[in-house]
Amino acid sequence: MSKVAIIGGGIIGVATAYELAKLGEEVILFEKNYFGSGSTFRCATGIRAQFTDEANIRLMKYSVERWERLEEELGFDINFKQTGYLFLATNEEEVEAFKNNIKLQNKFGVPTRLIDMDEAKEIVPILNTEPFLAGAWNPKDGKANPFKTLFAYLFRAREMGVDAREYTEVVGLEHEGDTVTAVKFRNGGKIESVKVDAVINAANAWAPSINAMAGLRRDIVPIKPYKHQLVKTEPLEPGQAEPLVCPPSWNDSYIIQDGEDGGIICGSGIEHEPKHPWDYEPTYDFLVGVLRYAVRIAPPLKHAHVVRQWAGFYAKTPDKNPAIGKLLDNFYIAAGFSGHGFMMAPAVAEALADLVSKGHTKVPLDWDWYDPYRFERGELRSSAFQIG
Amino acid sequence: MSGNMIVCRCNDVTVEEIEALIDEGVTDIEELKRLLRIGMGPCQGRTCIPLVLSILARRTGKSPDEIPVPRARVPVRPVRVEVLVGGGDE
Repeated sequence: MSKVAIIGGGIIGVATAYELAKLGEEVILFEKNYFGSGSTFRCATGIRAQFTDEANIRLMKYSVERWERLEEELGFDINFKQTGYLFLATNEEEVEAFKNNIKLQNKFGVPTRLIDMDEAKEIVPILNTEPFLAGAWNPKDGKANPFKTLFAYLFRAREMGVDAREYTEVVGLEHEGDTVTAVKFRNGGKIESVKVDAVINAANAWAPSINAMAGLRRDIVPIKPYKHQLVKTEPLEPGQAEPLVCPPSWNDSYIIQDGEDGGIICGSGIEHEPKHPWDYEPTYDFLVGVLRYAVRIAPPLKHAHVVRQWAGFYAKTPDKNPAIGKLLDNFYIAAGFSGHGFMMAPAVAEALADLVSKGHTKVPLDWDWYDPYRFERGELRSSAFQIG
Repeated sequence: MSGNMIVCRCNDVTVEEIEALIDEGVTDIEELKRLLRIGMGPCQGRTCIPLVLSILARRTGKSPDEIPVPRARVPVRPVRVEVLVGGGDE
Protein backbone atom coordinates (compact mmCIF):
# COMPACT_ATOMS: atom_id res chain seq x y z
CA MET A 1 0.00 0.00 0.00
CA SER A 2 1.31 3.41 -0.86
CA LYS A 3 0.30 6.83 0.34
CA VAL A 4 -1.13 9.09 -2.33
CA ALA A 5 -1.80 12.82 -1.90
CA ILE A 6 -4.46 14.45 -4.06
CA ILE A 7 -4.47 18.22 -4.40
CA GLY A 8 -7.89 19.61 -5.30
CA GLY A 9 -11.27 18.68 -3.77
CA GLY A 10 -13.41 19.02 -6.88
CA ILE A 11 -15.15 16.09 -8.55
CA ILE A 12 -11.92 14.83 -10.18
CA GLY A 13 -9.93 14.81 -6.93
CA VAL A 14 -12.72 13.35 -4.80
CA ALA A 15 -13.69 10.65 -7.32
CA THR A 16 -10.01 9.69 -7.76
CA ALA A 17 -9.64 9.45 -3.95
CA TYR A 18 -12.59 7.04 -3.93
CA GLU A 19 -11.15 4.91 -6.75
CA LEU A 20 -7.69 4.76 -5.11
CA ALA A 21 -9.23 3.73 -1.78
CA LYS A 22 -11.12 0.97 -3.61
CA LEU A 23 -7.73 -0.27 -4.86
CA GLY A 24 -6.49 -0.34 -1.28
CA GLU A 25 -4.30 2.76 -1.36
CA GLU A 26 -3.96 5.20 1.53
CA VAL A 27 -5.18 8.64 0.40
CA ILE A 28 -4.91 12.14 1.81
CA LEU A 29 -6.85 14.83 -0.08
CA PHE A 30 -6.39 18.59 0.24
CA GLU A 31 -8.92 21.25 -0.73
CA LYS A 32 -7.99 24.85 0.00
CA ASN A 33 -11.60 26.10 0.06
CA TYR A 34 -14.74 23.98 0.55
CA PHE A 35 -15.26 20.77 -1.47
CA GLY A 36 -16.50 21.49 -4.98
CA SER A 37 -15.92 25.22 -4.62
CA GLY A 38 -13.75 25.54 -7.74
CA SER A 39 -15.58 24.49 -10.89
CA THR A 40 -17.67 21.44 -9.92
CA PHE A 41 -20.35 23.27 -7.92
CA ARG A 42 -20.68 25.94 -10.63
CA CYS A 43 -21.22 23.62 -13.58
CA ALA A 44 -24.30 23.28 -15.79
CA THR A 45 -24.82 19.58 -14.84
CA GLY A 46 -24.61 18.18 -18.41
CA ILE A 47 -23.13 14.80 -19.41
CA ARG A 48 -22.63 13.90 -23.09
CA ALA A 49 -20.81 11.56 -25.42
CA GLN A 50 -21.54 13.81 -28.42
CA PHE A 51 -17.95 14.87 -29.07
CA THR A 52 -16.32 15.20 -32.48
CA ASP A 53 -13.10 13.15 -32.07
CA GLU A 54 -12.42 9.52 -31.25
CA ALA A 55 -10.64 10.05 -27.91
CA ASN A 56 -13.35 12.15 -26.29
CA ILE A 57 -16.20 10.06 -27.75
CA ARG A 58 -14.71 6.80 -26.45
CA LEU A 59 -13.86 8.24 -23.04
CA MET A 60 -17.34 9.73 -22.64
CA LYS A 61 -19.11 6.59 -23.85
CA TYR A 62 -17.34 4.71 -21.05
CA SER A 63 -18.03 7.51 -18.59
CA VAL A 64 -21.77 7.47 -19.38
CA GLU A 65 -21.77 3.70 -18.75
CA ARG A 66 -20.22 4.38 -15.33
CA TRP A 67 -22.76 7.16 -14.69
CA GLU A 68 -25.54 4.63 -15.38
CA ARG A 69 -24.33 2.46 -12.50
CA LEU A 70 -23.00 5.16 -10.19
CA GLU A 71 -26.09 5.69 -8.05
CA GLU A 72 -26.18 1.99 -7.19
CA GLU A 73 -22.42 1.76 -6.67
CA LEU A 74 -22.24 4.79 -4.37
CA GLY A 75 -25.55 4.06 -2.63
CA PHE A 76 -26.65 7.67 -2.88
CA ASP A 77 -29.27 9.48 -4.94
CA ILE A 78 -27.27 11.58 -7.41
CA ASN A 79 -30.21 12.31 -9.71
CA PHE A 80 -28.57 11.07 -12.91
CA LYS A 81 -31.09 11.24 -15.74
CA GLN A 82 -30.61 10.28 -19.38
CA THR A 83 -32.65 13.11 -20.82
CA GLY A 84 -30.41 13.55 -23.87
CA TYR A 85 -28.56 16.33 -25.67
CA LEU A 86 -30.11 17.98 -28.73
CA PHE A 87 -27.84 20.03 -31.00
CA LEU A 88 -29.64 22.14 -33.60
CA ALA A 89 -28.45 23.11 -37.09
CA THR A 90 -29.33 26.48 -38.62
CA ASN A 91 -27.97 25.83 -42.16
CA GLU A 92 -27.14 23.04 -44.63
CA GLU A 93 -23.40 23.03 -43.92
CA GLU A 94 -24.13 22.43 -40.27
CA VAL A 95 -26.47 19.56 -41.14
CA GLU A 96 -23.62 18.00 -43.13
CA ALA A 97 -21.22 18.49 -40.21
CA PHE A 98 -23.76 16.89 -37.86
CA LYS A 99 -24.02 13.89 -40.20
CA ASN A 100 -20.24 13.40 -40.11
CA ASN A 101 -20.14 13.69 -36.31
CA ILE A 102 -23.02 11.24 -35.98
CA LYS A 103 -21.21 8.74 -38.22
CA LEU A 104 -18.11 8.95 -36.00
CA GLN A 105 -20.16 8.69 -32.78
CA ASN A 106 -22.11 5.69 -34.14
CA LYS A 107 -18.81 3.99 -35.09
CA PHE A 108 -17.88 3.94 -31.39
CA GLY A 109 -21.32 2.83 -30.21
CA VAL A 110 -22.88 6.19 -29.32
CA PRO A 111 -26.47 6.09 -30.61
CA THR A 112 -26.79 9.69 -31.88
CA ARG A 113 -29.13 10.22 -34.84
CA LEU A 114 -30.34 13.06 -37.03
CA ILE A 115 -33.92 14.06 -36.27
CA ASP A 116 -36.39 16.45 -37.94
CA MET A 117 -37.99 19.36 -36.19
CA ASP A 118 -41.32 17.59 -35.59
CA GLU A 119 -39.53 15.02 -33.46
CA ALA A 120 -37.48 17.78 -31.81
CA LYS A 121 -40.69 19.55 -30.82
CA GLU A 122 -42.01 16.37 -29.20
CA ILE A 123 -38.82 16.11 -27.16
CA VAL A 124 -38.72 19.81 -26.23
CA PRO A 125 -42.28 21.20 -26.13
CA ILE A 126 -41.22 24.85 -25.68
CA LEU A 127 -38.77 24.74 -28.64
CA ASN A 128 -39.01 27.32 -31.41
CA THR A 129 -38.54 25.02 -34.42
CA GLU A 130 -38.63 27.77 -37.09
CA PRO A 131 -34.90 28.73 -37.22
CA PHE A 132 -33.65 25.13 -37.36
CA LEU A 133 -33.28 22.51 -40.09
CA ALA A 134 -32.43 19.38 -38.11
CA GLY A 135 -31.12 18.12 -34.79
CA ALA A 136 -28.41 15.74 -33.61
CA TRP A 137 -30.05 13.74 -30.83
CA ASN A 138 -28.46 11.32 -28.38
CA PRO A 139 -31.00 10.09 -25.83
CA LYS A 140 -28.22 8.50 -23.73
CA ASP A 141 -26.62 11.84 -22.87
CA GLY A 142 -27.96 13.43 -19.72
CA LYS A 143 -27.37 15.29 -16.49
CA ALA A 144 -26.80 14.72 -12.77
CA ASN A 145 -26.69 16.71 -9.55
CA PRO A 146 -23.06 17.86 -9.09
CA PHE A 147 -23.46 18.54 -5.38
CA LYS A 148 -24.89 15.13 -4.54
CA THR A 149 -22.45 13.34 -6.85
CA LEU A 150 -19.41 14.90 -5.19
CA PHE A 151 -20.68 14.12 -1.70
CA ALA A 152 -21.66 10.58 -2.70
CA TYR A 153 -18.04 9.94 -3.74
CA LEU A 154 -16.75 11.75 -0.64
CA PHE A 155 -18.89 9.83 1.88
CA ARG A 156 -17.87 6.48 0.38
CA ALA A 157 -14.22 7.55 0.18
CA ARG A 158 -14.20 8.53 3.85
CA GLU A 159 -15.81 5.22 4.83
CA MET A 160 -12.84 3.52 3.17
CA GLY A 161 -10.41 5.61 5.21
CA VAL A 162 -9.63 8.54 2.90
CA ASP A 163 -8.38 11.53 4.90
CA ALA A 164 -10.18 14.34 3.04
CA ARG A 165 -9.49 17.83 4.34
CA GLU A 166 -11.15 21.06 3.25
CA TYR A 167 -9.96 24.59 4.05
CA THR A 168 -6.49 23.08 3.96
CA GLU A 169 -4.15 24.74 1.49
CA VAL A 170 -1.09 23.03 0.08
CA VAL A 171 1.81 25.48 0.24
CA GLY A 172 4.68 23.42 -1.12
CA LEU A 173 6.04 20.08 -2.33
CA GLU A 174 9.36 18.62 -1.29
CA HIS A 175 11.15 16.81 -4.07
CA GLU A 176 14.39 14.99 -4.71
CA GLY A 177 15.16 15.06 -8.41
CA ASP A 178 12.07 13.83 -10.23
CA THR A 179 10.47 12.34 -7.13
CA VAL A 180 8.06 14.24 -4.91
CA THR A 181 8.65 13.15 -1.32
CA ALA A 182 6.34 15.25 0.86
CA VAL A 183 3.44 17.69 0.80
CA LYS A 184 3.52 20.83 2.96
CA PHE A 185 0.17 22.27 3.96
CA ARG A 186 -1.34 24.86 6.24
CA ASN A 187 -3.12 23.48 9.30
CA GLY A 188 -4.63 26.34 11.24
CA GLY A 189 -1.79 28.75 11.86
CA LYS A 190 1.09 26.35 11.25
CA ILE A 191 2.70 24.56 8.32
CA GLU A 192 2.75 20.77 8.49
CA SER A 193 4.31 18.19 6.24
CA VAL A 194 3.31 14.67 5.26
CA LYS A 195 5.51 12.10 3.49
CA VAL A 196 3.90 10.60 0.41
CA ASP A 197 4.65 8.05 -2.31
CA ALA A 198 2.76 9.83 -5.09
CA VAL A 199 0.98 13.13 -5.71
CA ILE A 200 -1.94 13.93 -8.05
CA ASN A 201 -2.51 17.49 -9.17
CA ALA A 202 -6.28 17.79 -9.56
CA ALA A 203 -6.43 21.56 -9.02
CA ASN A 204 -7.85 22.34 -12.49
CA ALA A 205 -7.79 26.16 -12.87
CA TRP A 206 -5.17 26.40 -10.11
CA ALA A 207 -3.04 23.48 -11.36
CA PRO A 208 -0.14 25.57 -12.79
CA SER A 209 0.88 26.78 -9.31
CA ILE A 210 0.94 23.17 -8.04
CA ASN A 211 3.15 22.17 -11.00
CA ALA A 212 5.50 25.00 -10.02
CA MET A 213 5.68 23.60 -6.46
CA ALA A 214 6.90 20.31 -7.97
CA GLY A 215 9.78 22.18 -9.59
CA LEU A 216 8.23 22.25 -13.06
CA ARG A 217 7.69 25.31 -15.21
CA ARG A 218 4.39 26.95 -14.33
CA ASP A 219 3.24 26.80 -17.93
CA ILE A 220 4.44 23.26 -18.69
CA VAL A 221 0.71 22.58 -18.88
CA PRO A 222 -0.67 25.95 -20.01
CA ILE A 223 -4.06 26.12 -18.28
CA LYS A 224 -5.90 29.45 -18.29
CA PRO A 225 -9.15 30.13 -16.44
CA TYR A 226 -12.04 31.80 -18.29
CA LYS A 227 -15.09 33.07 -16.46
CA HIS A 228 -18.27 31.39 -17.71
CA GLN A 229 -21.68 32.16 -16.30
CA LEU A 230 -25.12 30.64 -15.96
CA VAL A 231 -28.56 32.07 -15.41
CA LYS A 232 -31.43 30.07 -13.94
CA THR A 233 -35.17 30.67 -14.04
CA GLU A 234 -37.83 29.84 -11.52
CA PRO A 235 -39.02 26.19 -11.60
CA LEU A 236 -41.11 25.24 -14.64
CA GLU A 237 -43.25 22.16 -15.02
CA PRO A 238 -40.98 19.15 -15.69
CA GLY A 239 -40.73 18.00 -19.31
CA GLN A 240 -40.54 21.43 -20.98
CA ALA A 241 -36.83 21.31 -21.86
CA GLU A 242 -35.31 18.28 -20.14
CA PRO A 243 -32.48 17.69 -22.66
CA LEU A 244 -29.65 20.13 -23.13
CA VAL A 245 -30.70 22.06 -26.23
CA CYS A 246 -27.97 23.91 -28.12
CA PRO A 247 -27.65 25.54 -31.54
CA PRO A 248 -23.82 25.72 -31.70
CA SER A 249 -23.88 28.52 -34.26
CA TRP A 250 -25.70 30.79 -31.80
CA ASN A 251 -22.55 31.40 -29.83
CA ASP A 252 -22.78 27.91 -28.26
CA SER A 253 -25.83 29.02 -26.29
CA TYR A 254 -28.00 26.43 -24.59
CA ILE A 255 -30.85 25.72 -22.22
CA ILE A 256 -31.36 22.71 -19.94
CA GLN A 257 -34.01 22.07 -17.33
CA ASP A 258 -32.49 21.45 -13.90
CA GLY A 259 -33.17 17.86 -12.88
CA GLU A 260 -33.73 18.90 -9.26
CA ASP A 261 -36.27 21.70 -9.34
CA GLY A 262 -37.24 22.23 -12.99
CA GLY A 263 -35.72 25.69 -13.34
CA ILE A 264 -34.17 26.37 -16.76
CA ILE A 265 -30.38 26.79 -16.73
CA CYS A 266 -29.21 29.05 -19.59
CA GLY A 267 -25.60 29.18 -20.82
CA SER A 268 -23.70 30.84 -23.65
CA GLY A 269 -20.19 31.23 -25.02
CA ILE A 270 -19.95 34.76 -23.66
CA GLU A 271 -16.72 34.52 -21.66
CA HIS A 272 -14.53 36.92 -19.69
CA GLU A 273 -10.97 36.82 -18.43
CA PRO A 274 -11.18 36.75 -14.64
CA LYS A 275 -9.83 39.90 -12.96
CA HIS A 276 -8.25 37.81 -10.18
CA PRO A 277 -8.05 34.08 -9.30
CA TRP A 278 -11.41 34.16 -7.46
CA ASP A 279 -13.35 36.50 -9.76
CA TYR A 280 -16.84 34.97 -9.72
CA GLU A 281 -18.58 38.31 -10.21
CA PRO A 282 -21.62 37.91 -12.51
CA THR A 283 -21.87 40.46 -15.33
CA TYR A 284 -24.89 42.24 -16.76
CA ASP A 285 -23.80 41.78 -20.38
CA PHE A 286 -23.96 38.03 -19.85
CA LEU A 287 -27.40 38.17 -18.23
CA VAL A 288 -28.91 40.04 -21.16
CA GLY A 289 -26.85 38.24 -23.81
CA VAL A 290 -27.68 34.71 -22.68
CA LEU A 291 -31.37 35.45 -22.28
CA ARG A 292 -31.62 36.88 -25.81
CA TYR A 293 -30.46 33.52 -27.12
CA ALA A 294 -32.58 31.56 -24.63
CA VAL A 295 -35.86 33.21 -25.72
CA ARG A 296 -34.98 32.56 -29.37
CA ILE A 297 -34.52 28.87 -28.55
CA ALA A 298 -37.66 28.72 -26.37
CA PRO A 299 -39.92 31.81 -26.67
CA PRO A 300 -42.18 30.97 -23.68
CA LEU A 301 -39.16 31.58 -21.44
CA LYS A 302 -39.80 35.31 -21.75
CA HIS A 303 -42.63 34.90 -19.24
CA ALA A 304 -40.41 33.16 -16.67
CA HIS A 305 -38.52 34.94 -13.90
CA VAL A 306 -34.75 34.82 -13.50
CA VAL A 307 -33.89 33.76 -9.95
CA ARG A 308 -30.13 33.23 -10.01
CA GLN A 309 -26.98 34.08 -11.90
CA TRP A 310 -23.54 32.76 -11.04
CA ALA A 311 -20.06 32.27 -12.47
CA GLY A 312 -17.34 29.64 -12.53
CA PHE A 313 -14.21 28.89 -14.51
CA TYR A 314 -13.57 26.84 -17.61
CA ALA A 315 -9.94 25.86 -16.95
CA LYS A 316 -8.86 25.74 -20.58
CA THR A 317 -5.84 24.25 -22.27
CA PRO A 318 -4.90 25.52 -25.75
CA ASP A 319 -6.71 22.56 -27.41
CA LYS A 320 -9.51 22.41 -24.81
CA ASN A 321 -8.62 18.80 -24.00
CA PRO A 322 -7.59 18.03 -20.42
CA ALA A 323 -4.04 17.08 -19.42
CA ILE A 324 -4.11 13.60 -17.88
CA GLY A 325 -1.06 11.53 -17.05
CA LYS A 326 2.37 11.49 -15.47
CA LEU A 327 4.52 14.64 -15.20
CA LEU A 328 7.36 13.29 -13.03
CA ASP A 329 8.27 9.87 -11.54
CA ASN A 330 5.46 9.96 -9.00
CA PHE A 331 3.70 13.23 -9.82
CA TYR A 332 0.52 13.04 -11.90
CA ILE A 333 -1.95 15.55 -13.28
CA ALA A 334 -5.64 15.53 -14.26
CA ALA A 335 -6.51 19.15 -14.93
CA GLY A 336 -7.47 21.67 -17.59
CA PHE A 337 -10.86 20.07 -18.20
CA SER A 338 -12.07 23.08 -20.19
CA GLY A 339 -15.65 22.72 -18.96
CA HIS A 340 -15.87 18.89 -19.14
CA GLY A 341 -14.59 17.76 -15.74
CA PHE A 342 -17.91 16.81 -14.19
CA MET A 343 -19.05 14.62 -17.08
CA MET A 344 -15.63 12.95 -17.48
CA ALA A 345 -15.00 12.35 -13.77
CA PRO A 346 -16.23 8.74 -13.40
CA ALA A 347 -14.01 7.54 -16.27
CA VAL A 348 -10.98 9.74 -15.59
CA ALA A 349 -10.94 8.97 -11.85
CA GLU A 350 -10.98 5.21 -12.49
CA ALA A 351 -8.29 5.42 -15.19
CA LEU A 352 -6.02 7.67 -13.15
CA ALA A 353 -6.34 5.58 -9.98
CA ASP A 354 -5.48 2.48 -12.05
CA LEU A 355 -2.45 4.26 -13.55
CA VAL A 356 -1.12 5.39 -10.16
CA SER A 357 -1.81 2.12 -8.36
CA LYS A 358 -1.28 -0.54 -11.07
CA GLY A 359 0.35 1.23 -14.00
CA HIS A 360 -2.38 0.14 -16.45
CA THR A 361 -6.15 0.36 -16.91
CA LYS A 362 -9.04 -1.12 -18.87
CA VAL A 363 -10.66 2.32 -19.18
CA PRO A 364 -10.53 3.40 -22.87
CA LEU A 365 -8.59 6.56 -22.09
CA ASP A 366 -6.13 7.54 -24.84
CA TRP A 367 -3.06 8.49 -22.80
CA ASP A 368 -1.27 9.90 -25.88
CA TRP A 369 -4.19 12.17 -26.72
CA TYR A 370 -4.33 13.65 -23.20
CA ASP A 371 -0.52 13.60 -22.65
CA PRO A 372 0.33 16.56 -20.38
CA TYR A 373 3.63 17.09 -22.24
CA ARG A 374 1.95 17.61 -25.65
CA PHE A 375 1.96 21.43 -25.23
CA GLU A 376 5.68 21.40 -24.49
CA ARG A 377 6.21 19.44 -27.71
CA GLY A 378 3.92 21.74 -29.67
CA GLU A 379 1.57 18.87 -30.56
CA LEU A 380 -1.90 20.27 -30.11
CA ARG A 381 -4.90 17.98 -30.56
CA SER A 382 -7.94 18.94 -32.57
CA SER A 383 -10.01 21.17 -30.34
CA ALA A 384 -12.46 19.30 -28.09
CA PHE A 385 -16.03 20.25 -28.96
CA GLN A 386 -17.03 22.75 -26.31
CA ILE A 387 -20.22 24.71 -25.68
CA GLY A 388 -21.29 27.51 -23.30
CA MET B 1 -37.87 23.84 17.09
CA SER B 2 -39.47 20.52 16.32
CA GLY B 3 -37.76 18.28 13.76
CA ASN B 4 -40.35 18.49 11.02
CA MET B 5 -40.56 22.28 11.15
CA ILE B 6 -39.89 23.80 7.73
CA VAL B 7 -36.88 26.10 7.61
CA CYS B 8 -36.74 26.76 3.85
CA ARG B 9 -40.16 27.50 2.45
CA CYS B 10 -38.97 27.71 -1.16
CA ASN B 11 -37.65 24.14 -1.20
CA ASP B 12 -39.45 22.51 1.77
CA VAL B 13 -36.38 21.78 3.90
CA THR B 14 -36.93 20.75 7.53
CA VAL B 15 -34.88 21.16 10.72
CA GLU B 16 -34.40 17.38 10.80
CA GLU B 17 -32.83 17.28 7.33
CA ILE B 18 -30.36 20.02 8.22
CA GLU B 19 -29.42 18.41 11.53
CA ALA B 20 -28.94 14.99 9.91
CA LEU B 21 -26.43 16.39 7.41
CA ILE B 22 -24.56 18.33 10.11
CA ASP B 23 -24.28 15.07 12.08
CA GLU B 24 -22.87 13.37 8.95
CA GLY B 25 -20.07 15.95 8.99
CA VAL B 26 -21.36 18.51 6.48
CA THR B 27 -20.89 21.61 8.61
CA ASP B 28 -20.04 24.18 5.95
CA ILE B 29 -22.97 26.41 5.10
CA GLU B 30 -21.97 26.55 1.41
CA GLU B 31 -22.23 22.76 1.31
CA LEU B 32 -25.47 22.53 3.32
CA LYS B 33 -26.92 25.10 0.94
CA ARG B 34 -26.11 23.04 -2.14
CA LEU B 35 -27.13 19.64 -0.80
CA LEU B 36 -30.47 20.87 0.56
CA ARG B 37 -31.00 23.79 -1.84
CA ILE B 38 -31.56 26.18 1.06
CA GLY B 39 -31.24 29.79 -0.04
CA MET B 40 -31.45 28.78 -3.70
CA GLY B 41 -35.16 29.52 -4.16
CA PRO B 42 -36.90 32.76 -5.11
CA CYS B 43 -36.49 34.29 -1.61
CA GLN B 44 -32.68 34.10 -2.02
CA GLY B 45 -32.27 32.86 1.55
CA ARG B 46 -33.94 35.75 3.31
CA THR B 47 -36.16 33.37 5.30
CA CYS B 48 -33.96 30.36 5.81
CA ILE B 49 -30.32 31.44 6.07
CA PRO B 50 -30.61 33.10 9.51
CA LEU B 51 -32.42 29.98 10.79
CA VAL B 52 -29.79 27.66 9.30
CA LEU B 53 -27.05 29.77 10.91
CA SER B 54 -28.65 29.36 14.32
CA ILE B 55 -29.14 25.59 13.89
CA LEU B 56 -25.53 25.24 12.71
CA ALA B 57 -24.23 27.33 15.62
CA ARG B 58 -26.20 25.31 18.17
CA ARG B 59 -25.22 21.95 16.68
CA THR B 60 -21.51 22.72 16.27
CA GLY B 61 -21.04 24.84 19.40
CA LYS B 62 -19.81 27.81 17.37
CA SER B 63 -20.94 31.38 17.78
CA PRO B 64 -23.20 32.52 14.88
CA ASP B 65 -20.68 35.31 14.21
CA GLU B 66 -18.00 32.75 13.34
CA ILE B 67 -20.09 31.24 10.53
CA PRO B 68 -19.75 33.03 7.19
CA VAL B 69 -22.99 33.78 5.36
CA PRO B 70 -23.17 32.31 1.85
CA ARG B 71 -22.69 34.68 -1.01
CA ALA B 72 -25.93 36.24 -2.23
CA ARG B 73 -26.71 35.72 -5.91
CA VAL B 74 -28.07 38.31 -8.29
CA PRO B 75 -30.83 39.20 -9.00
CA VAL B 76 -31.86 40.26 -5.50
CA ARG B 77 -35.50 39.67 -6.45
CA PRO B 78 -36.76 37.52 -9.34
CA VAL B 79 -36.94 39.49 -12.61
CA ARG B 80 -39.06 38.60 -15.64
CA VAL B 81 -36.94 37.53 -18.63
CA GLU B 82 -39.06 39.80 -20.85
CA VAL B 83 -37.98 42.85 -18.87
CA LEU B 84 -34.32 41.98 -19.39
CA VAL B 85 -34.45 41.19 -23.10
CA GLY B 86 -36.81 43.98 -24.09
CA GLY B 87 -40.04 42.04 -24.57
CA GLY B 88 -39.82 40.96 -28.24
CA ASP B 89 -39.43 37.41 -29.54
CA GLU B 90 -36.63 38.58 -31.86
